[in-house]
Amino acid sequence: MRRQILPAVLMVVVFTVLCGLVYPLVVTGVAQAAFGHQADGSLVSSNGQVVGSELIGQGFTGDRYFWPRPSAAGDGYDALASGASNLGPNDQTLLADVEQRAADYRTANGLAADAQVPVDAVTASGSGLDPHISVENARLQAPRVARVRGLAVERVHALVDQATEGPSLGILGEKAVNVLRLNLLLDQQG
Amino acid sequence: MSGQGWIQLLVLVVLVGATAPFLGIYIARIYGDDETRPLERVFGPIENAIFRLCRIGRREQRWTGYTISLLAFSLVSVLFLYALQRLQGGLPGNPNGLPGVPAPLSFNTAASFLTNTNWQNYSGESTMSFLTQMVGLAVQNFVSAAVGLTVAIALIRGLVRRTSPTLGNFWVDLTRGVLRILLPLAFLSAIVLASQGVVQNFHQDRSVATVEGTEQVIPGGPVASQESIKELGTNGGGFYNANSAHPFENPNGFTNTFEMWLILVIPVSLPFAFGRMAKDRRQGLAVLAAMMALWLVGALVAMHFEGAGNPNLTSLGVDQSITSTQPGGNMEGKETRFGPEASGLFANTTTGTSTGAVNAAHDSFTPAGGAVPLVQIMFGEVSPGGVGAGLYGMLIFALLSVFIAGLMVGRTPEYLGKKIQASEMKLVVLYILFVPVCVLGFTAVSIVADWALSSLLNTGPHGLTEMTYAFTSAANNNGSAFAGLSGNTDWFNTTLGISMLVGRFFLIIPAMAIAGSLVRKQKVPPSAGTFPTGTPLFATLLTGVVVIVVGLTYFPVVALGPIVEQLTQGS
Repeated sequence: MRRQILPAVLMVVVFTVLCGLVYPLVVTGVAQAAFGHQADGSLVSSNGQVVGSELIGQGFTGDRYFWPRPSAAGDGYDALASGASNLGPNDQTLLADVEQRAADYRTANGLAADAQVPVDAVTASGSGLDPHISVENARLQAPRVARVRGLAVERVHALVDQATEGPSLGILGEKAVNVLRLNLLLDQQG
Repeated sequence: MSGQGWIQLLVLVVLVGATAPFLGIYIARIYGDDETRPLERVFGPIENAIFRLCRIGRREQRWTGYTISLLAFSLVSVLFLYALQRLQGGLPGNPNGLPGVPAPLSFNTAASFLTNTNWQNYSGESTMSFLTQMVGLAVQNFVSAAVGLTVAIALIRGLVRRTSPTLGNFWVDLTRGVLRILLPLAFLSAIVLASQGVVQNFHQDRSVATVEGTEQVIPGGPVASQESIKELGTNGGGFYNANSAHPFENPNGFTNTFEMWLILVIPVSLPFAFGRMAKDRRQGLAVLAAMMALWLVGALVAMHFEGAGNPNLTSLGVDQSITSTQPGGNMEGKETRFGPEASGLFANTTTGTSTGAVNAAHDSFTPAGGAVPLVQIMFGEVSPGGVGAGLYGMLIFALLSVFIAGLMVGRTPEYLGKKIQASEMKLVVLYILFVPVCVLGFTAVSIVADWALSSLLNTGPHGLTEMTYAFTSAANNNGSAFAGLSGNTDWFNTTLGISMLVGRFFLIIPAMAIAGSLVRKQKVPPSAGTFPTGTPLFATLLTGVVVIVVGLTYFPVVALGPIVEQLTQGS
């Protein structure tokens, strides 16, 4: 064993330099040169100010905005504390949370007390930073946002379509509405 | 399952099926005995320089020498990783000023990345400096995968060489795995990921004022370079806490499928490499068929149950139907851009391969959907298993299968013309027993000990599943979690760390001993009494043996966990 220690130490050093320094630095160089915007976090600006990343959800609460999904990341959309609720499917806390969120959602959006609520609107995402909501969820929120902003509902629906992304290449993943993009589009309506 | 779900599954199968055979041949040409190595003019000189620098002779080693080199390399690696975490506070590459990692957590993390498990009792963005992630964790992502590969290659050589005393040279095999397979593939896929929005920078966390005027801190980091090798090396350790559910690790539907392809491509290619090195493609195909049958059944079950949703929510007026305007299904802990079915597919893939990356919270899966990842790990990571580890695991099961078949007809069993005798069978049984002893032993202690129970988030059968999942995942070197369990306690850091080390090295040593014993044997020509092992019948037998061995071992605990939970749901 002792005769093997020297090559082992040297090999660890070589691989550390190769895979731990050269490799990530070269990847960084190429990624920054070719895809700088994405490699820096797909940041979004409004009036010259960076207001977030199009990939990281934000915890909108005002009536003038579309709301994202519930979040278990820190106090909600804390990008330094990504994570899920991890509650099991039969957990009483989860079921109580969902019931409360569904009731709040119906009240806020003027839906009937027995109206069906889209599942993504009442469940927390895996990352807690989900930037998307379902198209159904956005359509149900549209009348509220239109009313508060004094816009025609059709106009808001058109913006929802504009902020709808995916599925990638037409087939991979799901169609979904980017909430930050949608709300920025709304603010640009003046 | 919805049409969209079928498409996700089909696209993945086609992508892997179209690429893995070629990679398998490439790997066989790198490691095979009478092959010309591809791209020798590019890689040869770099390798020679490394061997000179590290004072490595290229003499072939017996199984003992090979194993000792492997253990020496692992020992140095684990000490280096441990020291790096403890000292990171005073080292450069730490723009966010994170302090050194506490001792029990450092041990757990060092064991975790050394053994290709990547169980994470910490949250990456707030615990590990960029330097630790890069030169510690990401380096192990390469070399732990390459170590798994060397064991698989050594076992194949044990089966295909005739009366040779030696199995190859560990240092040469290790270097070739990193240099010729992992680095080039990881580099190209890191660039692909970066183009889609996976971040790759060295910025300090950036604080921004959001649209509504609150503060949000957007993390940075060299993520793409780590993400690609995390999947390709079937490691699974996320840069961020949410792992592949985090939009900076897995930004869209394309990257989700691409990451599943990365996870599967090497494990699926290895049976092809095995077939070529054995000069009999059918031998590899039989092993592959058993692997993929287990994978496919798991995929269908997980996708179905996650897509069907949580029956408890229906009575609350929640719409879980899958339509063109919503992903539907069981969305707790899942991302909208992936939807429930692609999340079930990812869970099945990551646990069938010892990867452990997650794109959704397994803890919040339906009982039947969540049983799939648990059972995939219990199979011992052979469907299709981790880089190298999957193939050598399945070959051990193949030896057990020919032994059982031999018992039925009363003949000495053979595999690829090598007689399987008492000494090999003892090692096979050791290989199969170490992990269940570890899993069930530690779980049993933990479910009666207050200091362990206090870590559970969920109670009842779900809590039992949480606990079982943790030890199963650690001992089988998977690394995914029912993350409701708070593992960052002295008890779990230590016992999970031990489980990971046992599950890695107490399997590698018997596997290498089997290789060493087989390589010395003559090949006997097939006779009328030889059980052919390159046939669908053998693939079926092999699948059955895996299922029965696992079933007998773990059925009681699965019955008390997910099965009880599924049956009592809604009551």
